[in-house]
Amino acid sequence: MLRQTTYLTKRYGVPEGWTLPVYERDGGYQQAKRALSMERQALVDEMKAANIRGRGGAGFPMGVKWSFMPWPPKPEKPHYLVINADEGEPGTFKDRTIMELDPHAVVEGCIVGCYGIGAHAAYIYVRDELHLSKARLWGAIKEAKAKGYLGAKPFGIDYPVEVYVHTGAGAYICGEETSLLNSLEGSRGEPRLKPPFPAQAGAFGLPTTVNNLETIAAVPTIMALGGDNFSKLSDLHDQKDGGCRLYGVSGHVNKPGIYEACVGLTLRELIYDLGGGVKGGELLAVIPGGSSCPLLRPDELVDAPDPKSPLHRWHGKNVLDVPMGVETYRALGTMLGTCCAIVMNDKTDIVLAMHNLMRFYRHESCGQCTPCREGSAWIYRILERMAANEATLEELDRLHEIASNIMGNTICAFGEGTAMPALGFLKKFRKEFEAHIRTKGKSSTGRLAL
Amino acid sequence: MTKFALSPEREKHVEEILARYPNPKAACIPVLHVCQEQNGWISEEVMQFVADRLSLSTAHVKGVVTFYTLFNKEPVGKHQVWVCRTLSCALRGSDEILHHCENRLGISPGQTTKDGKVTLRTAECLASCGTAPMMQVDKDYYENLTTAEVDRILDRLVK
Repeated sequence: MLRQTTYLTKRYGVPEGWTLPVYERDGGYQQAKRALSMERQALVDEMKAANIRGRGGAGFPMGVKWSFMPWPPKPEKPHYLVINADEGEPGTFKDRTIMELDPHAVVEGCIVGCYGIGAHAAYIYVRDELHLSKARLWGAIKEAKAKGYLGAKPFGIDYPVEVYVHTGAGAYICGEETSLLNSLEGSRGEPRLKPPFPAQAGAFGLPTTVNNLETIAAVPTIMALGGDNFSKLSDLHDQKDGGCRLYGVSGHVNKPGIYEACVGLTLRELIYDLGGGVKGGELLAVIPGGSSCPLLRPDELVDAPDPKSPLHRWHGKNVLDVPMGVETYRALGTMLGTCCAIVMNDKTDIVLAMHNLMRFYRHESCGQCTPCREGSAWIYRILERMAANEATLEELDRLHEIASNIMGNTICAFGEGTAMPALGFLKKFRKEFEAHIRTKGKSSTGRLAL
Repeated sequence: MTKFALSPEREKHVEEILARYPNPKAACIPVLHVCQEQNGWISEEVMQFVADRLSLSTAHVKGVVTFYTLFNKEPVGKHQVWVCRTLSCALRGSDEILHHCENRLGISPGQTTKDGKVTLRTAECLASCGTAPMMQVDKDYYENLTTAEVDRILDRLVK
């Protein structure tokens, strides 16, 4: 249900909203101060009660993640908090708005997070391209430090906390948590085998929690509302998917942008109510949460006769009317991802859309695992031929094979991130792909842009 | 061979960076950024300098430099223009923006204008999908672009 909120975006558009005086006027840093005087367990319980699922795409419950950290920390094995603000997923642009418009919420979240996991240092990993984001974060850190909210004794409490911004150098794969850690340690951003998980051996080989930037920025709000109240903002509270979050919409809509609403918003509301409707035609398809999520068609209906299915309540309804949640979207055969949808109208050439995305995946494969490195390049080469009207139906089948052989055969989820959307395109637009090949491109609109 | 060295201010910046991490290796990427800011690109000498400065092997530093898109492996123009062409931007006309840049500058992506002023590049998603089409010029984002706006931006660069 569409219920817009302003917990995370209160200072968006406020003059100098990123500065400390504005943040403090709204009660800023009171929650960090309170957290540092709480029992650690009570703090983690509060986060668990909030049912906040990681906003980076995987949707893991944040409170549970914090509770995985070895306790109590050993003095010779310090803990680290690492914030993932790499944000390179095509279609996703929500974290950038937080860093630019509300960086103090991130810093305050880091203080609480450090205490919750027993760390004394937080590294915010930002992609290097985001110069304004980096400047705003450093500015917030400097302001907080000058006020004594960070440093040796935050708020006069004997729990040192430092926050740093660390930058990458242009590699989408660094948004994957273990390759982000390798990049933070000064190496190539190649993913690591898991286990060990970061909670055992993360940054610098020490226990580490990696949280998405939006997740950590929501922490002061969770503290202020109380975990349970925060969770109940959501329509999917009973599916342990709580709170409010940022939604993005881009592509063929009249009002692209970032909107805040309670969890449970539907795609239809995101596209038509918040995004102002489809621009230049009717809806052809939508990629729900960043390009790794298989796309949805507006004519699909929910098939969930089993009462145990998280989708049963919406059985027989249109997929666009299902609340956007981690479990509901998994059950739909796609993913919620980052909740940033890419909308395509019916003038869009689906072959060119897939070609565009597969070029991205070929470019960004780190090259470590053969199925992903070779597979992504092979898929792209076939789509190059298809776009040039030279591909055969046999090659269309080969795309299936290649994508299926990437699945499950790589160290990290990038392989699936390539194969799943590829298979989604092929499955849901099989007819259009076949027609494109048969007619040598005459059936296509030949364009992506309006 | 001229040996690379950082200016005193940049050397001070490197000291600050090193203080943030439990080991000097972690400073590899930030220090490479500082060097590139001074030198414009990462030459063999720069890689040697970073390796020596952080007690790393040159092979490690080379591996890092070649992995990341933003490290220039060869000299580049005074200004760098990156046009994003990933799906959200493509749906809103980034191809037209890119072609316009190519025509205006007389170069293809990856090339630098003859006067050395502008290097044109394509980018894979710059997290600006809601304000597409867009391009990045040096450190600044230009969003919701039209070809007229691109002309104004390029005019300023090639002046």
